[in-house]
Amino acid sequence: MQTDRLIAALAADADTTPRRIGPVLALGLLAALPVSVALFMSILGMRPDVRTAMHNPFFDLKFIVTLALAFAAIVVSLHLARPETSFDRWGWLLVLPVVIIALGIAAEMTMPHQRPWLSRLIGNNAMACMASIPLFALPFLTAALLALRRGASAHPTLAGMTAGLLAAGLGATLYAIPPCS
Amino acid sequence: MRGRDEEWTCLMRAANAGDAAAYRRLLEAVAPVLRAATYRGLARAGQPVDQSEDIVQEILLAVHLKRQTWDATAPFAPWLFAIARNKLIDALRRRGRRVFVNIDDFAETMAAPAAGDTLSPGEIAAHLDGLPARQRDVLKSVVVEGASIKETATRFAMTEGAVRVALHRGLASLASKLREP
Repeated sequence: MQTDRLIAALAADADTTPRRIGPVLALGLLAALPVSVALFMSILGMRPDVRTAMHNPFFDLKFIVTLALAFAAIVVSLHLARPETSFDRWGWLLVLPVVIIALGIAAEMTMPHQRPWLSRLIGNNAMACMASIPLFALPFLTAALLALRRGASAHPTLAGMTAGLLAAGLGATLYAIPPCS
Repeated sequence: MRGRDEEWTCLMRAANAGDAAAYRRLLEAVAPVLRAATYRGLARAGQPVDQSEDIVQEILLAVHLKRQTWDATAPFAPWLFAIARNKLIDALRRRGRRVFVNIDDFAETMAAPAAGDTLSPGEIAAHLDGLPARQRDVLKSVVVEGASIKETATRFAMTEGAVRVALHRGLASLASKLREP
């Protein structure tokens, strides 16, 4: 096969510019949302006793943490989809949700409480949480992996990791919504 | 190098705006540079340099199919060389298990052969037979034999649109075949 002929063929195919990753990822996540919501409704909607919404000043913080994780992971994964960017330049964004949650824990510890510290940290539904969040994240993960496959990442493993983090962030955001009872 | 880089960036911007002639000029301009770099890379890794044309073609195919990941506000050359570097690494990994004899040092200073010198069927062409019949026929006609879209359409009694679709799908399947270990 001659290279100049391949070039001619590629030029003949020039008008088929593939869609950019950003819009594809956005559409994919939007399509995954109803699937995750349906899973959420069928599992937690039927059993409102599983979770009792904790009404305290730190309730909203959950959303901030999970959305910060999803947002940071989306930004990093879109950068990683380009071959010439490095993880070192953008990876620090992923520390953001960790910083927020550390600040939240620190603030929470300054307040008077009756329950021991460890049980406040872990909560009452740790098992349900551990099982539900990956389940709700699965549709988002599928969408993210399919979209990022269109990229040209020089670090496929890291790109896969950020896809997992963004799916986990979105899944946990859904989990943080109190059950409709 | 600076003037060259700016020219490439301008050509790629024009190509993204639908200028197939600019796209072809760009690919023709980068091919010799890729050839020389691949040649050097193979020589440095102690691999036979006669495979360089296969790798150049693989890089061009990846450039074509991943060009949406190039950010039009950034220079083109770093993106191109990131793709080229990753494809060369992929190719070296695929050949990793074979035993090779180190080639002489003079190979490193040899000029890259001009385009069109390779008459061997090559690795990419070997994958053509694994494609669906229509994609294979169109690719063989356009890429191997150098026929135009119009000639190919007449030969297979297809519309030009159908030839374009088969060409695009064929190029994409070829790239995914090359990614398989």
